[in-house]
Amino acid sequence: ALKDGLCSQVSAALKEGRVTPTELCQRCLALVKSTKFLNAYITVAEETALKQAEESEERYKRGQPLGILDGIPIAVKDNFNTAGIETTCASNMLKGYISPYNATVVQKLLDHGAVLLGKTNLDEFAMGSGSTDGVFGPVRNPWSYSKQYKEKSVPKSHSEEESDWVITGGSSGGSAAAVSSFTCFAALGSDTGGSTRNPAAHCGVVGLKPTYGLISRHGLIPLVNSMDVPGILTRCVDDAAVLLGSLAGHDPKDSTTIQDDFKPFELPNLTDVSKLSIGIPKEYHAPGLSSEILALWSKAADLFKNAGAKVVEVSLPHTRYSIVCYHVLCTAEVASNMARFDGLEYGHRSDMKDSTESMYAATRREGFNDVVRGRILSGNYFLLKQ
Amino acid sequence: QKVSVEVLDHLEHLALVDFRDSEGVERLQKAIQFADQLQEVNTDGVEPMDSVLEDRWCLYLREDDVTEGNCTKELLENAREKLEEYFVAPPGNIPLPKLEERETFLQGS
Repeated sequence: ALKDGLCSQVSAALKEGRVTPTELCQRCLALVKSTKFLNAYITVAEETALKQAEESEERYKRGQPLGILDGIPIAVKDNFNTAGIETTCASNMLKGYISPYNATVVQKLLDHGAVLLGKTNLDEFAMGSGSTDGVFGPVRNPWSYSKQYKEKSVPKSHSEEESDWVITGGSSGGSAAAVSSFTCFAALGSDTGGSTRNPAAHCGVVGLKPTYGLISRHGLIPLVNSMDVPGILTRCVDDAAVLLGSLAGHDPKDSTTIQDDFKPFELPNLTDVSKLSIGIPKEYHAPGLSSEILALWSKAADLFKNAGAKVVEVSLPHTRYSIVCYHVLCTAEVASNMARFDGLEYGHRSDMKDSTESMYAATRREGFNDVVRGRILSGNYFLLKQ
Repeated sequence: QKVSVEVLDHLEHLALVDFRDSEGVERLQKAIQFADQLQEVNTDGVEPMDSVLEDRWCLYLREDDVTEGNCTKELLENAREKLEEYFVAPPGNIPLPKLEERETFLQGS
């Protein structure tokens, strides 16, 4: 039940005064500092976080906490607008851009009393699956520093050891690393083609991609309007359910959110899986699948089978075209979405003054990296009438 | 089939970003090649999908009431060049120089 989640446990501790929101916030901030080498955070909002923690403490003293999330430290991927805090999308195009508003999901978290520690690192404009392509450098997987990883490595010189680390996956790598290294209890990512699930798997945390239309995208700097969703990263499934419960629901500012009333739910304590049918898509056994992954996949299927669930092979015949479809749709929408970055209203602006068009062109040449430019050009090609 | 220089130039104009080098052009070639796989799929009789929400999506019109605004100051905050309540742009109506006159990687092609 939700009562077993980490957020619930911390919430109980806060209610009972075993720890205060300020202490919790300070400890998390200290951990952020001592894990700086992970490069998970682009901006740490220390002052505002401590202020939020103090306000939370006042509410707990009055016996009026706002809910399970009151006082809980969280982190937000740096492609969500956060009022008064720099939002960069890990790009030169938005360095120095201070958001004038909060994304709906950020506002909801703050309304629930969550403490925003900072903005996390990502691939530039969320384009990538390694969290290696942002202008602030790559994010390091906390597991690079685990005993298991160290033991696997061949003894190296100190400088080689320094550069011996593994990636977090992406594009929400900073969020995944932040949660995985215990600097926060939950983090927001975004997921278009796996950008929350991928780094969650790499960093050993829970990554939830909510169904499109459930959670508002207002304030999430868009990559692909038809597919983007805010993603949830936590250390346990119950926490993901808590986050989902506080974020879901229709938003008049996002017309792609469904209008049905969202009913928050409790996760059942599922001990009987005999009524579950688990489908194993045979096409997912794709050429090039590593033997380690195949073994883990079989193990998971066996776990379900041995627990009494019905495990059947299914076919998703167009699987191999899904990534191609994604590629075309993604680049087309990116070409459109990136058109707003011209230097005029916000973000980087080139010194070029000859004409509007040449200023736009120079700004975009200076502001975007290869990946972004590549997708824009491909997208424009696919959108050509010919 | 390689993409012609005319099309590449056209794309640079449309996108207002540059290919920068042969790697950039190669990237596009590979992207087109990759996407060509879709030609194999028979889509006869398949209705195009306009949203993943399919029939759950009804784009609605709301009442034409002003519910927010009056934030000129905040909106101008992030602009580098402004004058009073205007964003200042260099002169418009001047098209980008043609391929021969521009400094672009495509010139050499």
